[in-house]
Amino acid sequence: MADEPLVLGIETSCDETGVGIVRGTTLLADAVASSVDTHARFGGVVPEIASRAHLESMVPTIERALKDAGISARDLDGIAVTAGPGLAGALLVGVSAAKAYAYALNKPLYGVNHLASHICVDQLEHGPLPEPTMALLVSGGHSSLLLAPDITNDVRPLGATIDDAAGEAFDKIARVLDLGFPGGPVIDRLAREGDPKAIAFPRGLSGSRDPAYDFSFSGLKTSVARWIEAKRAAGEDVPVRDVAASFQEAVVDVLTRKAVRACKDEGVDHLMIGGGVAANSRLRALAEERCERAGIRLRVPRPGLCTDNGAMVAALGAEMVARNRPVSDLDLSADSSLPVTETHVPGTNGHGHSHGHDHVHEVSKDNLYS
Amino acid sequence: MDTATPAVTVALHDGDSVVAETGQVDARRHGELLLPAVDRVLAEAGVKLDSVTGLVVGVGPGPYTGLRVGLVTAATFGSALSVPVHGLCTLDALAYAAGRDGLEGPFAVATDARRKEVYWARYEDHRTREGEPGVDRPADIAGRLAGLPVVGAGALLYPEAFPDARGPEHVSAGALAALAAERLAAGAALLPPQPLYLRRPDAQVPKNYKVVTPK
Ligand SMILES: [Zn+2]
Repeated sequence: MADEPLVLGIETSCDETGVGIVRGTTLLADAVASSVDTHARFGGVVPEIASRAHLESMVPTIERALKDAGISARDLDGIAVTAGPGLAGALLVGVSAAKAYAYALNKPLYGVNHLASHICVDQLEHGPLPEPTMALLVSGGHSSLLLAPDITNDVRPLGATIDDAAGEAFDKIARVLDLGFPGGPVIDRLAREGDPKAIAFPRGLSGSRDPAYDFSFSGLKTSVARWIEAKRAAGEDVPVRDVAASFQEAVVDVLTRKAVRACKDEGVDHLMIGGGVAANSRLRALAEERCERAGIRLRVPRPGLCTDNGAMVAALGAEMVARNRPVSDLDLSADSSLPVTETHVPGTNGHGHSHGHDHVHEVSKDNLYS
Repeated sequence: MDTATPAVTVALHDGDSVVAETGQVDARRHGELLLPAVDRVLAEAGVKLDSVTGLVVGVGPGPYTGLRVGLVTAATFGSALSVPVHGLCTLDALAYAAGRDGLEGPFAVATDARRKEVYWARYEDHRTREGEPGVDRPADIAGRLAGLPVVGAGALLYPEAFPDARGPEHVSAGALAALAAERLAAGAALLPPQPLYLRRPDAQVPKNYKVVTPK
């Protein structure tokens, strides 16, 4: 429909500079510039390197998205941007660009939550989200179970990791096995040729007295590393494929089990899985199997929409416009620890004037200055 | 505009003189302060952003996080409005302001680079820098700058190294714009709007860099 909101979304919370353009729930452009290769030799995302890359890529990525979408910036109904959570310095590049763009074009600005965007992106793939939606978000930065009665203003955290994120565990195990960074894709590939039952690795927080929806991957990580080190110490070959398969199975077993349980407990018949780890083939397969058995409809966007991108931000922005949510102010700040319950950052008056909130918590981090 | 130092400073220049200028000194809120400052300057001058025909932004050197706010804002304005975006060394703008205040060369300019270092450069006169800007410990350059007035917050912060420290303490976008207008009118090239970091990034991967869940 032509009267659906046309929104440009900017995402810079980690190492991808993403700019997406959507009309309602239709994806028009999804331009991404990634700095992942420059981080690889450090075994993780280096914030300052990510921020530098965002600055270089920002305007070219915006221009590429507009060209891909074949629209004029003048026709936009709004500019959305990830206001948090994420890396403070990285977020600030996107937030500054979004504010400048919105101001120059005289368009409404929507600072939105990165996690809610990960959920909302599925609208571009599978149509409007059911309400409520149950979402499992798994990536290198997050592992959460969220219940979303209204993606624009009501997202409730049911559980989350108490230590490492799921994707982080993949990275760390890949490091122990000398497989490079990021670890997710290579472990997924090797695991396909391994036996997931070869080694019984522990399932974290799966006891009857453990929190039902929280996750823990730190103990698993240690256990896998110990197992590998013991093999090496004994002078034996490490069966990399079996280790990868057994480790991966331990992760996705817990993720899917808890997600399905949350759906049943809350009476929700849809499960959405998002975040970079949602690209994992075993997670998709096992989730499919368990959801089907439980009578739950599974919604997983294609891998390119699961990882960080601008389209997901645009998708949530379009929903904000459609539902007439309040816009953000010109002094919108990046908030590296924006709680998931704050789906967006509405302004205090909608006219871009300063207000008295104390945002020092965002900017007083160590990486403010070189 | 310039955000390379604790000053968030914005000015509007009509080719002859500064029409409006505003700014605030707050090292921790560049991201929040810049756009409202742009808005104030334009409102004071009674013009809209889309009547601006060019942009000049301080490219530093400066602490990175704040520096990037000005650069990405200028670049995005340039793209949205289809107007040229120029870069100018932040130290040059400080030198120019010092010269207009009456300081004659040679002198030096120093801004705070944190980590007990300063960004600095030497000037023959207020329009002419000698060499590229550097980043050093004050004690390590005190000998080379002995006897020279040194302008800026970096000088005022280390009086033992720079006994003839002078103002202006902070860069002003008015001076930046005036210097840019002067150079453009003379047909001189300005810099591309790209940051002068002068340091390599710290390659430290933080632990749990994005754990964000409310407990
Ligand atoms: Zn993410």
